[in-house]
Amino acid sequence: MGLEAKLKQDGFFTTKLDAIIGWARQSSVWPMPMGISCCAIEMMAAADPKYDIARFGSEVMRFTPRQCDLMIVAGTVTYKMSHVVRKIYDQMPDPKWVIAMGACTSTGGMYRSYSVVQGIDQFLPVDIYLAGCPPRPDNLLNALMQIQNKIGRTKARDFQDIKPPELNVIQNN
Amino acid sequence: MTRKDIIKSKLEENFKDASLEFSEYKDEFVIRVDKKFIDPVCRLLKTDNELEFLMCEDITAVDWATRKNRFTVVYHIFSLKNNIRIVVKADVDEADCNIDSVSSVWRAANWQERETYDMYGIKFNNHPDLRRMYMPEEFEYYPLRKDFPLMGIPGSLTLPKK
Amino acid sequence: MEVLKKDEVNPKILEALLRDSDNTVEDALDNEMILNMGPQHPATHGVLRLLLKLDGETIVGCVPDLGYLHRGYEKMAENMSYYEYIPHTDRLDYISPMANNVAWVLAVEKLAGIEVPIRAQYIRMLIAELARVASHLVAIGSFAMDVGALTVFLWTLREREKIMDIWDVLCGARFTNSYTRIGGVANDAQPESLKLIKEFIDQFIPNLDECERLLNTNRIFVERLDGIGAISREDALDLGFTGPNLRASGVNIDLRRATPYLQYDKIDFEVPVYNEGDCLARYFVRTDEARQSTAIIYQILDKMPQGPIRAAEPKKVLPHKADVYSKMEELIHDFMIVNFGINPPVGEIYHAIEGSKGELGFYLVSKGEGHPWKCKIRSPSFNNIQALPHLVKGAMVSDVVAIIGSIDPIMGEADK
Repeated sequence: MGLEAKLKQDGFFTTKLDAIIGWARQSSVWPMPMGISCCAIEMMAAADPKYDIARFGSEVMRFTPRQCDLMIVAGTVTYKMSHVVRKIYDQMPDPKWVIAMGACTSTGGMYRSYSVVQGIDQFLPVDIYLAGCPPRPDNLLNALMQIQNKIGRTKARDFQDIKPPELNVIQNN
Repeated sequence: MTRKDIIKSKLEENFKDASLEFSEYKDEFVIRVDKKFIDPVCRLLKTDNELEFLMCEDITAVDWATRKNRFTVVYHIFSLKNNIRIVVKADVDEADCNIDSVSSVWRAANWQERETYDMYGIKFNNHPDLRRMYMPEEFEYYPLRKDFPLMGIPGSLTLPKK
Repeated sequence: MEVLKKDEVNPKILEALLRDSDNTVEDALDNEMILNMGPQHPATHGVLRLLLKLDGETIVGCVPDLGYLHRGYEKMAENMSYYEYIPHTDRLDYISPMANNVAWVLAVEKLAGIEVPIRAQYIRMLIAELARVASHLVAIGSFAMDVGALTVFLWTLREREKIMDIWDVLCGARFTNSYTRIGGVANDAQPESLKLIKEFIDQFIPNLDECERLLNTNRIFVERLDGIGAISREDALDLGFTGPNLRASGVNIDLRRATPYLQYDKIDFEVPVYNEGDCLARYFVRTDEARQSTAIIYQILDKMPQGPIRAAEPKKVLPHKADVYSKMEELIHDFMIVNFGINPPVGEIYHAIEGSKGELGFYLVSKGEGHPWKCKIRSPSFNNIQALPHLVKGAMVSDVVAIIGSIDPIMGEADK
């Protein structure tokens, strides 16, 4: 989104464009289910015929990070698994959001022990924390609606182009 | 003769100097063996035609936090033919923290011994593949020992950067 | 899935992989590569990492890497009382949570010597069988989804939602309900929940038949599974299989028959046993077991007597909440039990039940205090995954997915 990011004022053209792009993004959020333990079952239940996440626009849950916007971390994250979660988060293209589903991802939950990360916000930026152990599927759908509102309000210039890294010049003498 | 008497007599006649102790607690039959004899005793229990303890259900260890005989390695084995489950125990000292492996007797013992090594630090001699099971390889401590705190040692496990 | 170079793999795992694989190719072209089926993958049931050594498409070696969900259950059990641990046992095999609750309280009651009233035992059997049905539904559904039949997954989840509604009415939580208590169950099963259960199982068998009609004569399903992942009777016993996997290899062992617990010796049911030992046999064992569970539930609903639902031992069993708020004795007992624990006598026991994945057992060592000195969880999925390297050798990569689905591991209990 190079052109809009460079237009820094809030004129009629840019706000309408932001609104259209925001509406398009919020209506088709494709979640990436990082389903690790019990909360993953409630996430599956949110996708089944009774609670049906597809009617909110999340038609597919792609298991590849390259095609997703939203990462739902569902389940207890241990220290060994945290590197994997961070790697998958880095592989997702911008713009991306994170839902920390359940008590275990928000604060470590009921597992106050040596191998559980006490809250994934120690290594990931989180947008929504869901309470519950596990949160009911209706709760997850409510979180999805809140994220959709947040996505609809974003402006294009929040996502500036990332500068390419400075490379060392190789001198061939 | 009940089945427990049969087991007792067979073990006593074959291993006279293994300092065996038999006890019963709430319908469980417990055999205490010296740790040097654990492999031949288990082999006899499995291969004998009358006993046939074919299933090794669980291997674990208990940390008593005493100076002498700190650990006890516990084996739960089950016989389909006689429908009986017994417990075999062997004491291990902290200074000489190793015991023979029974993974050549039951292949199911392979991962169970690895888990016991990971959690308690008891080394199993002649184990085909003794490495950690749950904790990452660089972890230096043994979590289920009584001197390891519940919240862990800060800095022993790494997190990715934010 | 990603291909790894030899220096990206942990050296100890690489050594185990190279040692355990049968090298079949002596070619200078070096067709072998190491494939990482990572912990995050749509097909592995949870966070199971497999390192596969491939020769083209055929697998010559496999090393599973567990521990991505190791939450420190056994260490936590040493620091909390027997009552406080009941919600933790829910999260072990999180597909059939009630069965784990039942296993834990049975082990503690055996250690403490508490007799449970008959009605509570029947209620426990009822919820354990419902949990078994729920677990097998997910197993069949996700197994079929892995092989390619997406519709069956949605149908079985629809049935599972009905079971979750039953649990919601029975005890207040859809899922991870800590319904059992030491000495009985938390609240009584009201007539309306029993009526819901009866309505559910009346319409369950035709729905299960409908799902099976899609799969059993489907040529793709059968050809993809027939003969794949076969294991012989001796290997299955030696490698530590239990539960439906073992019964699919011809071994007729079911803990509800061999060492009956609760009131299973009064219930009449069959134990399905198949002899082939391949993925298709394991699938058939699960569908037959789901049918037998409904027969068991019918008998339980007929035979359940009226009566108290908690044992009458005031020093060890929590009193009912209404009495705690109105009477003095019960208030004192409640305070003592919650703060100081139930203090069973010094000793150790092992008790196992037939869970939906196999034999779920708890080994408890007590030194007379309110919290256990040691608790070991004998989890069936851990021992079932141990046989995976033996099963996948010689199969192709797409068969690995089918084999894992047929073994049905749940990493919450395999990693503890």
